Amino acid sequence: MPTTKNANSSSIHTPTFIRGDEFHFPIYKVLKQDGTTYRGAVLPKLDQEKALRIYRTMVFTRVLDERMLAAQRQGRLSFYMQSTGEEATVIGSAAALDDADMIMAQYREQGALAYRGFTTDQFMNQLFSNELDYGKGRQMPIHYGSRDLHYMTISSPLATQIPQATGYAYGQKLDGGGHCTITYFGEGAASEGDFHAALNMASVHKVPVIFLCRNNGYAISTPSSEQFAADGIAPRALGYRMHAIRVDGNDILAVYQATLEARKIAVEQNEPVLVEAMSYRLAAHSSSDDPSGYRSKKEEEAWREKDPILRMKLWLQKKKWWSEEEEKNLQESLRREVLETMKKAEKRPPPPLDSLVTDVYDEVPPQLAEQLSKLKAHIRKYPDAYPKSAGGLKHG
Amino acid sequence: MAKMNLLQAINNALDLAMASNDKTVCFGEDVGVFGGVFRATSHLQEKYGRARCFNTPLVEQGIIGFANGLAAQGHVAVAEIQFADYIFPAFDQIVNESAKYRYRSGSLFDVGNLTIRTPYGGGIAGGLYHSQSPEAYFAHTPGLKIVVPRNPYEAKGLLLASIRDPNPVVFFEPKRLYRASVGDVPEEDYELPLGKASVLKEGTDITLLAWGAQMEPLEKAAEMAEKEGISCEIIDLRTIVPWDIETVTNSVLKTGRLVISHEAPLTGGFAGEIAATIQERCFLYLESPIARVTGLDTPFPLALEKEYVPDHLKIFEAIKHSIHF
Ligand SMILES: Cc1ncc(C[n+]2csc(CCOP(=O)(O)OP(=O)(O)O)c2C)c(N)n1
Repeated sequence: MPTTKNANSSSIHTPTFIRGDEFHFPIYKVLKQDGTTYRGAVLPKLDQEKALRIYRTMVFTRVLDERMLAAQRQGRLSFYMQSTGEEATVIGSAAALDDADMIMAQYREQGALAYRGFTTDQFMNQLFSNELDYGKGRQMPIHYGSRDLHYMTISSPLATQIPQATGYAYGQKLDGGGHCTITYFGEGAASEGDFHAALNMASVHKVPVIFLCRNNGYAISTPSSEQFAADGIAPRALGYRMHAIRVDGNDILAVYQATLEARKIAVEQNEPVLVEAMSYRLAAHSSSDDPSGYRSKKEEEAWREKDPILRMKLWLQKKKWWSEEEEKNLQESLRREVLETMKKAEKRPPPPLDSLVTDVYDEVPPQLAEQLSKLKAHIRKYPDAYPKSAGGLKHG
Repeated sequence: MAKMNLLQAINNALDLAMASNDKTVCFGEDVGVFGGVFRATSHLQEKYGRARCFNTPLVEQGIIGFANGLAAQGHVAVAEIQFADYIFPAFDQIVNESAKYRYRSGSLFDVGNLTIRTPYGGGIAGGLYHSQSPEAYFAHTPGLKIVVPRNPYEAKGLLLASIRDPNPVVFFEPKRLYRASVGDVPEEDYELPLGKASVLKEGTDITLLAWGAQMEPLEKAAEMAEKEGISCEIIDLRTIVPWDIETVTNSVLKTGRLVISHEAPLTGGFAGEIAATIQERCFLYLESPIARVTGLDTPFPLALEKEYVPDHLKIFEAIKHSIHF
């Protein structure tokens, strides 16, 4: 039987088109920039310990980003991506989850991983592609992953993780453990077909997945006004009959509370939820990008005033949970830690030559083993041309 | 003549294509105001307006589907896919649509006006997803032409020919050479023929064959071999499909030896196709097995990129092995 949800809806007898212009998606806000809250706003129940865990992670992420961009500029690192300006979106949402919920991120979500407890050493080992990198030095910097922390390894092809999150969460539902998956993506990636497939399947199959769109205004140079004609991403959920909420992405309390409730819907009702966090990518797209070619300093400045970290700090201080003294100590100790771990990670050797051929399959097939042994013979012949691996071969 | 790098040559070709035919439209992710992440489309929007050069939403299947429709309608569609690694969401549109439009309609409709430009290859510390050379996937699809230039002069002439060729063309740009390769390029409009290889240097002992960015290590290896008294004939295939069987055959009939090199993995790589064809045509003239110097049968690595790539030393070794077989 052909069905539409509107099968019983009223009939009309003159052709009437609906574009939805009259519908505007509201934006949920709790915290003002001066650290006070909106009157009547629904506030999350955040105790001091959790609030400080969130805050420290935000500051850590900012410090890491600043330091690693500088390292890239000094030529110590090949590539980097900052999440500056979006810390509240990423960390506030991660904090609202159970630490065992799955995270399937895009690439600008280092804050979520840091919140889960990824150590500075672990960040550095990945960034410097050394022998301790879990990804064995195969992917570009910032492509982190952690099985222990339920953080799927990042993949550069955009939006591919979104339908995967639907599938992953469907598996969680079948297992019945009360867990869900959150997937992060930019408003640019949301243009990919994978996004639409993911939402539709999640809604049809009643899947406990949270789609968290970081609407930061740009996809590299493309402003969101050239990405979509509609009112952002949140309204798309309605076409799939899915819960959606738009939230101020620079407002840690709003992001936290919205995600907390989204998780409840996902886990208790087995329903997907779309969260659109409105923010701004304050830094360049990546270390390879220069935004001066496509946006104004003035626009950036206006958003710098809405700094999510400062906003949270003012709130913490109003609650007497945080002092300038503690701020200073935190900043200093994080800077020191980042610098020291970086120096350690830089000095570590790259992964061994054999890692070129492992993990392509569960076992190295004979043909590939042969390719590797030919390569080894070649490197032994020209050790000076392959300084990274020649040393490791001398005794092997 | 002007000195241009490969990017400038491509930009210049696009400029001429748009100037000479006002039905030409260029689009893709970030190609508008910004001029593309590599700046291949710089100033085109300024010059020709937003209707003819624009940013698309971030959706490759959409870009190529749109391009197929635009080309079928009669416009000249020049679509950019930001990295060849990201062409796969559009695989269906290219393999099932672009390639088969003319055939399935009995030539009622075609998308011959379509050209897909995309940067490919390693050498920029790009790891798995900013380094791939996917030409062989497309070579396996009848109905597409596949072109890969090696320097600015070639890039301009081949791109103009690709845009004007009445068949859909996938044009792979060697991004490692975008700024690194600089040369003299005529300012006027010119085309280089598709389907024609180019003999860069004549020789008598061995034929060396590659395309695109791989020509550089090939030539370097040839220099090393020449110092050892080995006379190398160097050929740039330029067009992968249709490939110039005649030029390669004639060369191998003369030298009796062939080394083919590409960055893509060995298995299923286009070198295999060439080797099969050449051994058919030159069997009794071959002095040694046809050698392939390629990437390993693995994804493209990052930390160990240097070890992975088929560099000049590996090619040099293959030359010597072939000579002393
Ligand atoms: C399938 C695919 N196409 C293109 C790219 C190149 N690319 C990398 S990031 C990016 C922009 C993404 O923007 P958005 O999703 O809004 O996220 P943001 O960077 O703003 O966080 C593009 C086009 C890619 N990685 N994958």
